[in-house]
Amino acid sequence: MTSPTPTSPHTLAAASITRVMLRVIIALIPGLAAYIWFFGWGITINIAFAVLVALGAEAIMLQLRKRPLLPFLTDGSAIVTAVLLAFAIPPLAPWWITFIGIIFAIVVAKQLYGGLGYNPFNPAMVGYVVLLISFPREMTSWVPTLSFSPYELSFVENAIFIFTGHLPAGLAIDALTEATPLDTLKTNLGLGNTVSEIKSQLGLDEATSRLLSVIPIFGAIGGKGWEWINGGFLLGGLWLIYKKVIGWQIPAALLGSLVSISVLFYIIDPDLYASPVFHLFSGATMLAAFFIATDPVTAATSNRGRLIYGVGIGILMYIIRTWGGYPDSVAFAVLLMNMTVPIIDHYFKSRVFGRHGD
Amino acid sequence: MRQTVNRIRRLWKFRGGVHPPQQKNISTSAPISPAQLPERLVLPLHQHIGEPAEPIVNIGDKVLKGQMIARPQGYVSAPIHAPTSGTVIDIGNYPVPHPSSLSATCMVIHSDGDDRWIEHHAVEDYFRLPPSELRNLIREAGIVGLGGAGFPSYIKFNPGQQKAIQTLILNGVECEPYITCDDLLMRERPQDILSGLLIIQHALQAHECLVAIEDNKPEAFVALRQATEDYDNIEVVQVPTLYPQGSEKQLVKVLTGKEVPADGLALNIGVVCANVGTAAAVHNAIHRGEPLISRNVTITGSAIGSPRNLNVLLGTPMRELIEQCDGNLDRIERLIMGGPMMGFALHRPDLPVIKTTNCILAATAEDLPPQRPELPCIRCGACADTCPVNLLPQQLYWYSKHQNLDKVQEFNLFDCIECGCCSYVCPSNIPLVQYFRFAKGDIWTQEREKEKSDIARRRHEFHQFRVARDKEERQAKRNRKKAALKADTAAAERDKKKAEIQAAIERTQTRRQDAMKDAEMRRSSYQGRTRDHSTAGNAGQQPENSSDTEQK
Repeated sequence: MTSPTPTSPHTLAAASITRVMLRVIIALIPGLAAYIWFFGWGITINIAFAVLVALGAEAIMLQLRKRPLLPFLTDGSAIVTAVLLAFAIPPLAPWWITFIGIIFAIVVAKQLYGGLGYNPFNPAMVGYVVLLISFPREMTSWVPTLSFSPYELSFVENAIFIFTGHLPAGLAIDALTEATPLDTLKTNLGLGNTVSEIKSQLGLDEATSRLLSVIPIFGAIGGKGWEWINGGFLLGGLWLIYKKVIGWQIPAALLGSLVSISVLFYIIDPDLYASPVFHLFSGATMLAAFFIATDPVTAATSNRGRLIYGVGIGILMYIIRTWGGYPDSVAFAVLLMNMTVPIIDHYFKSRVFGRHGD
Repeated sequence: MRQTVNRIRRLWKFRGGVHPPQQKNISTSAPISPAQLPERLVLPLHQHIGEPAEPIVNIGDKVLKGQMIARPQGYVSAPIHAPTSGTVIDIGNYPVPHPSSLSATCMVIHSDGDDRWIEHHAVEDYFRLPPSELRNLIREAGIVGLGGAGFPSYIKFNPGQQKAIQTLILNGVECEPYITCDDLLMRERPQDILSGLLIIQHALQAHECLVAIEDNKPEAFVALRQATEDYDNIEVVQVPTLYPQGSEKQLVKVLTGKEVPADGLALNIGVVCANVGTAAAVHNAIHRGEPLISRNVTITGSAIGSPRNLNVLLGTPMRELIEQCDGNLDRIERLIMGGPMMGFALHRPDLPVIKTTNCILAATAEDLPPQRPELPCIRCGACADTCPVNLLPQQLYWYSKHQNLDKVQEFNLFDCIECGCCSYVCPSNIPLVQYFRFAKGDIWTQEREKEKSDIARRRHEFHQFRVARDKEERQAKRNRKKAALKADTAAAERDKKKAEIQAAIERTQTRRQDAMKDAEMRRSSYQGRTRDHSTAGNAGQQPENSSDTEQK
């Protein structure tokens, strides 16, 4: 019995950061499955590459900062950042897009701020915004859902394109990509069309659209394919809440405020403003609500604070989507709310047991 | 059990809490058995909250079992009694079970093996005694809270002048993992607990009594239900298992829905809590006349061959108890007094059992969490979600770590009950409670230093004041003297002046009189020619008369 005297508690729950991150990754699987189903295997190449780059960048930075490698490489946080950013990068984007985004996210947004736990801004979103601003063309060229792609790239062809830029003979990149549903909606609204017109043109059933050789990008409720991907993220997110990996406050506040504000404008003019359901099931809404805004490091900490934080992101998302310069808005909304976290934390503390109103 | 169905009491919830693995049935299979009589007992004078007791016997004195050997000093204190008969062989410094691992003054008794009682009596008809006398008997019996804190019970059982005690809560929650001494006591001695409860109720004049038992102790619940069947104002309440429900403030909230003010006592809202073991000790003191000289202790943990509960004389070395329960001292990785959530590690196994020793947890590596490195906080908020006091442990951690002692107090550091929930759930393995204890210690040191410097400052200020005052006094004295001197000269001058004036007046008068005389003479000589009138008489009146005459 050698005895340094450690203090209580002498028992600990099996919680660990690695376990938290692992669960987050598991919860992404349904969304990923839907993604692969609709957009092909390109995403998996992006994810694998992003993870490798992230771990490499993390290792180099830890070495430079003289921090222990093993605990930080195995905590899983770099992997989650990499996976989330890979989801936000178009499946046919060249490798250097992913590379630059990840390097910026890990090196600048995370490690230069002090590494795990110290970054005020969500690293994946910082990486995404850097890419979106620097390479808008590459970042907005998405592939249509597979069934309407003129050519279905194989896994290998996809990988070759990402890393070398070579397509199978006779194919041009423009033939393979298109704008996202949110982007299309925005562009067409800008051209003076109403939501229902756009939808009737672009939301046809498969047979008709084949006949008219129009690619349908609007599904039953959201963007074509995107509604399923969002559904997958919703499922995974609910599981995270059930497992108490995340609280319900941020997702509920975010989705609640997004629905409220879109209902309001939808009632005012359904021709100018997309429906709340469309907002919920298009773009990165669910990914944002359950996986990005809930990043604990950069979110508010008290439960009331988290509600405010979630509401802020939801409203900003709607504002930027509707009146801003970019079709989707998750990254900007999240980063803007990241800035407000210290103030939210300062003003929204929980009431302490046995104390009143302070 | 019939009542279980009939009576449904509304329960409230406190926020947070955790469910650590119970590990209770390790030690519940055997009944409570008496521990062997030790040869040598070491009794610290400080086994309770408050002032240590003061020895009233000398080295070499023979003492009998139950004889008071140290008396309380001051209000918040408790006496110590000899747990067995024998000789006091030393009064001096010995290692004691305390988080600091320091030594403290102890009385050492060498047992004579006879275990002979001092003459003692039961109190007859305690309910005829005034509550204050009853409290005095409880004080004399050396009873302190046996749940772990060790606060002198008689103080708790004093409702004061104006406070009406609505609810007396008997705490049989025992929410810490591993510990089962209250559980077994409730199973085996429900009548003693009831009897103690009635005495406490009388002392407090409490309206209703609740006995709270967590639902992981069904046998204890049934035993107490049956024991209290005939009492309308006593209710045995089953509460859902949740750590730290045994904490007084949390339990009060669960049972009454009321929150004890952060800077107040349960008494402030008309509630008093006592542990079931304390109630049994009160029963022993009143109905048997026996002071607190033994207690039930759970001997458990993976290093113990036959874990169970023993009734142990205070002062018995823990090592002997571990050996009696087939423990293997070599296998002990960490020896803990109390439970794994709030207990503290002991630095050696030969420390004595004291009044607050509810459990000896001889933990091996299996019982303890694996060593994991402390990682940065990821602000996940798991700690805040489990904090039963609604604190924000991550903010407290942040400020504690950076020694921002003002900020930690702003975030109510001193409301922390150190229950360990936050550390328990932290995915970054941050020993949060340790940081908080450290910060508290720092603040206390700072306060003490501030107090010291305050005293020094006051002393200095007084010194300055005194110097200034003395100076002023001296100045004043000097001024007075000067003034007096001045006054003297002034008076003299005044006298002189007066005299001069007088002289001048006199001179003038004389001159005038002379002049008048001359004039008179001249007039009378003139008048003498006109009428026969003599001017003989007072010279002083002369001019008046003359003027009168002139006016006429």
